[in-house]
Amino acid sequence: MSLYWEQHLQEIREQLLLMSSLVERNLGQSAKALMERDDVLADLVEDEDSEIDELEKRIDELVITYISTHGPMARDCRFLITASKISSELERIADQATTVARRARDLNKHPALKSLSNIPVMAEEVKEMLRQSIKAFVDRDTDLALEVIGRDKLVDSEYKETARDVESAIMSDPETTGRELHLLTVAKALERAGDHATNIAEEVFYLYKGQDIRHVKLSSL
Amino acid sequence: MSVDFATPTVSLVKTEPSPNSSATGPIQATAPVPMIEVENLDFFYGKSQALHGVSLKIPARQVTAFIGPSGCGKSTLLRCFNRMNDLIEGTRIGRGHIKIQGIDIYDPSVDVIALRRQVGMVFQKSNPFPKSIYQNISYGLELQGVKDKARLDAVVEKSLRGAALWDEVKDRLHTSALGLSGGQQQRLCIARAIAVEPAVILMDEPCSALDPIATSKVEELIQELKKQFTIVIVTHSMQQAGRCSDKTAFFYLGKLIEMDVTQKVFTKPAQQQTEDYITGRFG
Repeated sequence: MSLYWEQHLQEIREQLLLMSSLVERNLGQSAKALMERDDVLADLVEDEDSEIDELEKRIDELVITYISTHGPMARDCRFLITASKISSELERIADQATTVARRARDLNKHPALKSLSNIPVMAEEVKEMLRQSIKAFVDRDTDLALEVIGRDKLVDSEYKETARDVESAIMSDPETTGRELHLLTVAKALERAGDHATNIAEEVFYLYKGQDIRHVKLSSL
Repeated sequence: MSVDFATPTVSLVKTEPSPNSSATGPIQATAPVPMIEVENLDFFYGKSQALHGVSLKIPARQVTAFIGPSGCGKSTLLRCFNRMNDLIEGTRIGRGHIKIQGIDIYDPSVDVIALRRQVGMVFQKSNPFPKSIYQNISYGLELQGVKDKARLDAVVEKSLRGAALWDEVKDRLHTSALGLSGGQQQRLCIARAIAVEPAVILMDEPCSALDPIATSKVEELIQELKKQFTIVIVTHSMQQAGRCSDKTAFFYLGKLIEMDVTQKVFTKPAQQQTEDYITGRFG
């Protein structure tokens, strides 16, 4: 049954999906700008961030308007709160992508480093986590949401490994210190983006199961 | 606001109960929970069955909201609690029981007048008597034979204070109640109900004819009243049920679908039918 007010909920859903696709693209392009030393791509990521910021505000406006005018209950209420939180997490992932793009541009001013350590793997992993968390949202798939949460440990260990590689590289060639620290910042940004994707998965779980699993060990679920 | 009604001592039974009967004493507002217990109740309007095997427990000194689409049986059940349905020809209880404080209120030994004194009711449309504000409150007591002017004055003041109306009407107690606004009239009806010191107050869509400000006053009043009375409210407003009740029961087609803590019913109901109703997807 299609109800007149369901189109408002659908609009919020569509805006959220549009935002997530832009964020996923920005995340991928920021990593590509780093790996392919592409300043144009890095500039593009930074330019598109403002569009993502506007979408976050638009989604919040739609959510507040709906709550004020419709008095939503149960799953509708959970959806609206979740939509607002997910858009906030997406905006933060986009900010991390911007950080990666800026550091890529800084690195591009200097000779290439011998190795980018785990950065390419991390970038791919985080992008996949984001994609899967949104898929879980669309497909109402709480098992997939749990899977995303489980993957965050992998990203964390890749970050630690990158930090060790950076340390070794600086020790073996102190002249690369500045560039290696840029690389460490990129790794940290990707690790944080993974955390935000995990948060989205937790929100998706709450949306469909009504159970708050934040700060809960996966093994206890 | 502070209201201190004496513990009701009116006996519901006309005669001494048998040793085996659970009807062993008066309704006590301070007695343990539940205040009302419905067991497997069937109810009929003639051949039409309005309630099907309803069982629930209503806790004392809490607000319990009945929600559900029109015709689901919520008002019918409410009116069973003070046997208002007895006034409708052809109505009958099929099977099951309703106990208030352990007393089966459909037992032949029950004094229906005493029951209605203990289980007061406030209706959808305010219905003050065409008398003065004062007389609207004192009338019930006068019918009980109270003639002491000082006592009547005290009860009128206490009841109007209890209904958060005293400050608005204290200077015109002897003017017609029909001159009050709709919201004031409804609070007067609540004052009239509490004047006889009931244990339970039934409210059948008490705010459906009121504006948001008057509705807010009645809802605030309900929060005060529940400190001393057990309140059962029928409402079509999900927001009202969410705001002012402790427990919520959802009815559909004469059946109790779900009853739980209000917060749970409105955030994570156990039954799909409940969720569909409260989110406006049917009903």
